[in-house]
Amino acid sequence: MSPQSLLGLLPYLVAGWLFLIGLYGIVTSRNLIHTVVSLSVVQSSTYVLLLTVGFRAGATAPVFSDIAPGAIVVDPLVQALALTDVVVGATVSALLLALAVQSHKRSGTLDPDQLRTLSG
Amino acid sequence: MPATALTPVIIGLPIGMAAVLAALGARLPRRVLDATATATAATVTVLAVLLLVATSQGRVVAWAGGWTPHQGVSVGIALVADPFGAGLAVVAAVLSTAVLVFSWRYFQAVEVFFHALVLVFLAAMCGFVLTGDLFDMFVWFELMSAIAYALTGYQIEQAQPLQGAVNFGITNSIGAFATLLGITLLYGRTGALTFAALGATLTGAHPDAVIVVSMALILTGFLVKAAVVPFHFWTADAEAVAPSPVCALFSGIMVELGIYAVARIYWTVYAPVLPVSALRGPLLGFGVLTAVLGAVMCLAQRHIKRLLAFSTISHVGLFLIGVALLSPAGLAGTAVYVLGQAGVKAALFLLAGVIALRLGSVSERDLHGRGRDMPLTAALTIIGGLALAGLPPFATALGKAITEDAAASAGLGWLVAVFIAASSLTGAAVLRMAARVFFGLGAPATAHPIQRSDDRSDDRSDDRSDDRSDDRSDDRSDVVGDDGEQDSGEAEEPSPARAPRTMLIPPVVLLAAALALGMLPGLPATMGVVAAGFTDQPFYAAQVLALPLPGHAALPAPVDWFTTSSLVYGLLSVALAVLIAAAAVLRTRLPGWAVAVADAGRPALRGLRALHSGHIGDYVAWLLVGVVSLGAALGVALR
Amino acid sequence: MTRRVRVVVFAVAAVGMAVLLVWAFAGARPFGTSIHPYGDLAVRAALEQRATANTVASVTFDQRGLDTMGEEFILFAAVLGTSILLRREPDELARTVGEEGTEDRAGSGPTPEMVRLFGYVVLPFVVVVGIYVVAHGHLSPGGGFQGGIVLATGLHLLYIAGDYPALRRLRPQRVFEVSEAAAAASYVLLGLAGLAVTGAFLANVLPYGTLGQLASAGTVPLLNTAVGVEVGSGTVLLLAEFLEQTLVLRERSGRPDTGGSR
Repeated sequence: MSPQSLLGLLPYLVAGWLFLIGLYGIVTSRNLIHTVVSLSVVQSSTYVLLLTVGFRAGATAPVFSDIAPGAIVVDPLVQALALTDVVVGATVSALLLALAVQSHKRSGTLDPDQLRTLSG
Repeated sequence: MPATALTPVIIGLPIGMAAVLAALGARLPRRVLDATATATAATVTVLAVLLLVATSQGRVVAWAGGWTPHQGVSVGIALVADPFGAGLAVVAAVLSTAVLVFSWRYFQAVEVFFHALVLVFLAAMCGFVLTGDLFDMFVWFELMSAIAYALTGYQIEQAQPLQGAVNFGITNSIGAFATLLGITLLYGRTGALTFAALGATLTGAHPDAVIVVSMALILTGFLVKAAVVPFHFWTADAEAVAPSPVCALFSGIMVELGIYAVARIYWTVYAPVLPVSALRGPLLGFGVLTAVLGAVMCLAQRHIKRLLAFSTISHVGLFLIGVALLSPAGLAGTAVYVLGQAGVKAALFLLAGVIALRLGSVSERDLHGRGRDMPLTAALTIIGGLALAGLPPFATALGKAITEDAAASAGLGWLVAVFIAASSLTGAAVLRMAARVFFGLGAPATAHPIQRSDDRSDDRSDDRSDDRSDDRSDDRSDVVGDDGEQDSGEAEEPSPARAPRTMLIPPVVLLAAALALGMLPGLPATMGVVAAGFTDQPFYAAQVLALPLPGHAALPAPVDWFTTSSLVYGLLSVALAVLIAAAAVLRTRLPGWAVAVADAGRPALRGLRALHSGHIGDYVAWLLVGVVSLGAALGVALR
Repeated sequence: MTRRVRVVVFAVAAVGMAVLLVWAFAGARPFGTSIHPYGDLAVRAALEQRATANTVASVTFDQRGLDTMGEEFILFAAVLGTSILLRREPDELARTVGEEGTEDRAGSGPTPEMVRLFGYVVLPFVVVVGIYVVAHGHLSPGGGFQGGIVLATGLHLLYIAGDYPALRRLRPQRVFEVSEAAAAASYVLLGLAGLAVTGAFLANVLPYGTLGQLASAGTVPLLNTAVGVEVGSGTVLLLAEFLEQTLVLRERSGRPDTGGSR
């Protein structure tokens, strides 16, 4: 593989890395807050992949206030999708953190090893 | 109202009303709140039925924002109603209405939040089944999820609902992110998001890495939602602790929507590029594993709601098998099965709510013989158990029969054994529970002091580890049952002498509906036609993109109503269920060899139970194993 | 599973996942490709048909406005859900503001004067910027989501400034609950208006105007405003729920029944 194409693969690899390292964080987490933040790391892989897929070499932002119509722009679709993704991330974090706050009140701990009242 | 207006109104009405209710909020008296929310859900039911009727004339395609396609291309989002989509919207609306009616008397201090959330949940489910766009489907999926996490943790005064909701939220979110990664990969490849355009773009393409991996990733989120093994761990945790009416929605329809998504996405997007032979094996594998594991774990439960949750998992496995046949007949059978199961399972969860309200517990052991004065609840529970086992002419039995026939005619006759095993084991679990709770049959619970715990879980976790090291007796209730059967936390009166009528009518209606559907001799043939249309990708794409229609590619599946053999299989499942239930209840009187057989399976069962550890790290590790297995299996099957 | 087993299972799966991902990435279009069929169409539709200079706004509120409605309700549901999950239980007492320890951010000591001053001085500017970002969402980068967040967080400069009582006064939750729900409902109503007038849900019902003018892009600015109010109010409510948690004390002693099991 040429260095050129390897460089072009890099943004994709960053997305893949974020996905897996975030999952590693969740799997080994000892604190629910850390788990929720790790989940955000997993999610950031989707941001990176969306923007990677929508990028166009040499293009500018798809906002035609101060550029001529016909200028080459990056894909506006992925930006709109990423916006939705951001909202999803914020809401999921809010709900999970609320659950973590209450969980800590009930159980006095945030360690998943201690929070295992459900099983079997 | 023109049919194209029905689709957006079905989505817009409930969320709009939810916003209005939330705005008026605390100013509304409880009665007005109940009445408005229920009336809204009932109206959506009517609209969805009208839409279903309209789809008999062909798909109802509505482009949001008026972006109708030009020469087969549009930048908008298509809302596409066909009979399966509209039918599922009807189911969602009926169950939401039933749940809202049930909740009139079930919740004590429920505020506007619950009603608003149920209505938004309904809108999200309708959007999910009516959209013709992959990313839009993801949006409705996430909307469903956000509400579901909050509803699961509704009873914040206890530790378990919070943990169940956390496990649910994290596994589902990871699944959703995997789905989004897959959507993005596929978007980068095709530059399209509408199902129809995606399918058209992929027609004739070579099934390469992007296609295989994007499919595996996209399906991940939906398989998590569908509670397919090994993505399923959240299900039992969440449904053991969520309020019973919420569980009725989860098990009755939400989980099944995951299966719907698998079918929809395969048949509109990937069918032109991934041959049936590549997908059938992997999906069948997941389906059989799910059906068997769910059924075994179901029988092993003593916590009624956890038991029902595992029965849902088992049935989802059967649905996945039906879809995995990738034939119109398999789809038709699954559709009927899903309809039947929705009524039966939702009814059983509502009945669990009645039990919790009356008796203050949902632990089978704890309740031994305490339900003697609840004849109607008992009768309904037994009927539900028999229907779950596949008693003709319930729709569950009909759907099972059609799917079995489809499997046999695909040369996979051995699958019939899986169907009989799964349905009889899950039915047996419910019947055993009914026999113990309502009739006090079998030995009463071994004296295990029931901890009326003061929820300080530092003590609890110690208890738990002791519990773990014990050699568990078969009679040991699962851990949730031991110290967590507090479903009644939110119930109106601690133990009213009679269950309010509004809590018994919904399960009666739902069971009756499941029975009535199975008694329609014309239903299977109609479903055969509908399923053929569902699988006809070129026709779908042309209809949605307003292109000249090609000829029909798929022939209607020849599907029969109950035949002699299917009646025999149905009755066999029921007989087995009754026998297994009887054996479980009368365990002490069994001959020695039978006990020995049961004991032989115990270590394996213990291992299975240990896998369901309640630990989010475990669940996520297994989830990743699932994604990789699916991707690898697809990749290998294509070689 | 023990921790060690769990990590081993994960590691094996992660290696498999990495292989699958690299396989797919290597087959994907190269980074910076010039092939973006949907994007090109969306840009053309935004400029030629809808006079929307910010094409992202055109995609978000016009071409894929249905997604955005769902998205808005995800936030709406999260706010409702968080209020459910963080509702005050009977055994929890709220500290009243003004008691010791509540004037300043809980537990962080007195706020330095410079920070206080900064908070008060910057607040009006941030609010103006927020309104600008919402109002110009169809022209320049930004829009309802971004501007709403700016507005909501701007208000919380008061919290940074250590003046929680002032923040509470500026943030009557009831008002924000109503404005949030009303804004969410108005998005649906605009959609239904489109349905009534043109026969298509969320279809534009206003003249498009001239590209680049404030009054252009049809209903996009209205939808932007609805979302701006919804996101702003929703975020304020979300933050309020969490901030109030620091003011909730649990009644520790004298409870006959400490738990929920009844």
